[in-house]
Amino acid sequence: MSNNLRIKKGFDIKLVGLPQKKIEKIDAPSIVVLKPSDFKNVTPKLLVNEGDAVKAGQKIFFHKDLPEVFFTSPVSGEIVEIVRVEKRRISQIKILTDKENSAIQFNIPSELSSESVKNILLESGAWTYIRQRPFDMIPDPQTKPKSIFVSLFDTAPLAPDYTFILDKAKLQKGLEILSALSEGKLNVSVNNDEMSSIANKVKGVNVISVSGPHPAGNVGIQIHHTDPIRPGETVWYVNAQDVAIIGELFLSGIYTPKRTVGLVGSGVVDPRYFEVIPGQAVADLVKDKIKEDNQRIIQGNVLSGTTSNESDFISHYTNQVTVITEGNQPEFFGWALPGFGKLSLSRSFFSWLTPNKTYDLDTNTHGEERAFVVSGEYDKVLPMNIMPVILLKSILAKDIERMEALGIHEISEEDFALCEFVCTSKIDVQNIVREGLELIRMDA
Amino acid sequence: MKLARKLVDSVKPKFAKGSKLEKYHYLFDAFETFLFVPDTTTKNGVHVRDAMDLKRTMLMVIIALIPSMLFGIWNTGHQHYLAFGMESSFMDNMIFGLIKVLPIIVVSYAAGLGVEFLFSITKGHPVSEGYLVTGLLIPLTLPVTVPLWMVALGAVFCTLLGKEIFGGTGMNFMNPALLARAFMFFAFPAFMSGDIWTDLSPEVGHQVVDAFSGATNLVVFDTNYASLPSAWDMFMGFEQGSIGETSVLACLIGAVILIVSGVGSWRIIVSIFVGGYLMGLLMNILAPADNLAHAMHTPAHFHWLMGSFAFGAVFMATDPVSAAQTNTGKIIYGLLIGIMIVVLRVFNPAYPEAVMLTILLLNVFAPIIDHIVVERHIKTRLKNA
Repeated sequence: MSNNLRIKKGFDIKLVGLPQKKIEKIDAPSIVVLKPSDFKNVTPKLLVNEGDAVKAGQKIFFHKDLPEVFFTSPVSGEIVEIVRVEKRRISQIKILTDKENSAIQFNIPSELSSESVKNILLESGAWTYIRQRPFDMIPDPQTKPKSIFVSLFDTAPLAPDYTFILDKAKLQKGLEILSALSEGKLNVSVNNDEMSSIANKVKGVNVISVSGPHPAGNVGIQIHHTDPIRPGETVWYVNAQDVAIIGELFLSGIYTPKRTVGLVGSGVVDPRYFEVIPGQAVADLVKDKIKEDNQRIIQGNVLSGTTSNESDFISHYTNQVTVITEGNQPEFFGWALPGFGKLSLSRSFFSWLTPNKTYDLDTNTHGEERAFVVSGEYDKVLPMNIMPVILLKSILAKDIERMEALGIHEISEEDFALCEFVCTSKIDVQNIVREGLELIRMDA
Repeated sequence: MKLARKLVDSVKPKFAKGSKLEKYHYLFDAFETFLFVPDTTTKNGVHVRDAMDLKRTMLMVIIALIPSMLFGIWNTGHQHYLAFGMESSFMDNMIFGLIKVLPIIVVSYAAGLGVEFLFSITKGHPVSEGYLVTGLLIPLTLPVTVPLWMVALGAVFCTLLGKEIFGGTGMNFMNPALLARAFMFFAFPAFMSGDIWTDLSPEVGHQVVDAFSGATNLVVFDTNYASLPSAWDMFMGFEQGSIGETSVLACLIGAVILIVSGVGSWRIIVSIFVGGYLMGLLMNILAPADNLAHAMHTPAHFHWLMGSFAFGAVFMATDPVSAAQTNTGKIIYGLLIGIMIVVLRVFNPAYPEAVMLTILLLNVFAPIIDHIVVERHIKTRLKNA
């Protein structure tokens, strides 16, 4: 089965610093750090103590609310420190790696059924790669989703090219596993023939050919147009790179969360891809590769990524690290100049005459926060049958019934990121969306 | 530029929270951000932002208003010398116009911004850039003969009751500039209607010519539409009226700037013109056959050219805060404005210029229009779900 989905609304932010088609290895880390904060709404319960030796794939902590969901070590080594912050909340689990690379071997069943696949995923810690809409969190293994979505491409600014970086055999295996898990309700979105042919090789997959500008690659948009979520329903999704990791687990029986991360952006000297282990120091990745002074390191893309720094560690789900200049410089009469080098969706800067130009954007807000004034802006970049400003206002009013009627369960922060980008009033749109989703989650 | 930055930085600490001039923090802030786009960076959420901000939005509207303003200045001189039957060059007209119009603009800005600053000091909120546009819109809707104190009063009324009592720009539900105009219309009717459209300041050795009539087209058209000036003159704006509204051409240039830059809603502008035209056609069909001078016989496109139809459609109805905010809502809102203007013009001879009050009325109805649109949206969402 195959469908076409053409997205018309949206916008591609063309930035300087696209990665070259080059994957490099960096030295194996001596310390790997697990951060429970990588996982949304997870309260960790520890299964190890300081001084314990662990193997790759060994359980480190579990999800307090969903005790079947385990988080496992990406490497073999010794737990050297458990860092707690206020209220004894665990912020970091530090593992000193050894050179043995001993790993737990999982017994892969020959018969792939929804149950057997689920067991391996839970035991190995790979279940954490599955997330649900609404709320973008790890789903309860006891529930069944309406369907599972995988987007094999990313349209976000400077996003990695999965067609280039992913091992096709592992990817195909991963899709087979998810197809078994979903019991034939797996939707895979592609934007090129190569990925399309891989997805079509997997039995029981609904392949969706998507075209159009960002956010066409977001699963939220794809779900909305193919299998919309009604209140009370959940859809699961897995990122393309995570599918390949799941595939490798089932091919080799070993949990290997190694991933290829794009080091991109105008602040990077020679943007390219690197193989890293989640939990590895950000400094390992960026050292000697980024421009000095006044740069912001972001785990993820410039729209929905999180601010990081050199003393941070690569997160569980990170696929790209973007480095751009901090825009902490005032600009003389900036609002009144013609603005040839400034990117704006409104055509009030002359840059609209050069649509293919790439921009070196900094983190300046280009103005102060104001009340909602301009209308119709958000609609131009949100390819969903949702009224964004009306929905945001219902969130600000904390009107749960209205939020649900307006479709809050269909959206996620990243789907509204472009709305935040274009906002003339500089409103923190994603923050409002997050608050709204949190209200709904607490209410349920 | 560096000098300006140094100057700003040197006095900045005095206005910081906790220091002596803390009260004037937002006042200082307004001047600083006027000179410099601030150095604030993104905190949570997106890391890069579109270069557009509210100051830029307002700037675009001001640029769009410039053709109307310049034409208004010229026409003020042109009408003046015409009334005295004098020959006048382009420069004569501009100079006379500037002398008359500039003080009105200055007073409007000074009075309105004064109130904004006062509120920013007493209420401790940032000065919004909304008044940059409102301050120019008010003069353009006034007759050139208006006393300056009245302009000041209108501007104060507009900022105070049009915006600040609701919480500032973005919170008001009626167009502040129109509110000021309406306030002045009802408070000082003698100055806002009648033979006030042309500045008749005496010219040494000249008398007002006998053929001069102070009546605007809207008064003429109610008695006999056939005696209106030519469509071309009305389109270009060679006629009497408020300072900025006579030239349809200048308004259309403004409309193009607003629509291309994405600042003004094409949905609203186009649907007002369409609504007015359709209603005009309907009037023609229903017009009494035995009275050929009846206003209902007025060609539909004349409604576009008369009075402030174009100015209202392009600059007043499009105010994003007081207009409908949903895309469908904007079309309904625009159509209703166009229809109502024509209905009121034709059937209410006592009150010929309907644009101002129609837009204000629809400002009040805009939230209801939006509400209906949103409810329909929710219903279709439920049906598809």
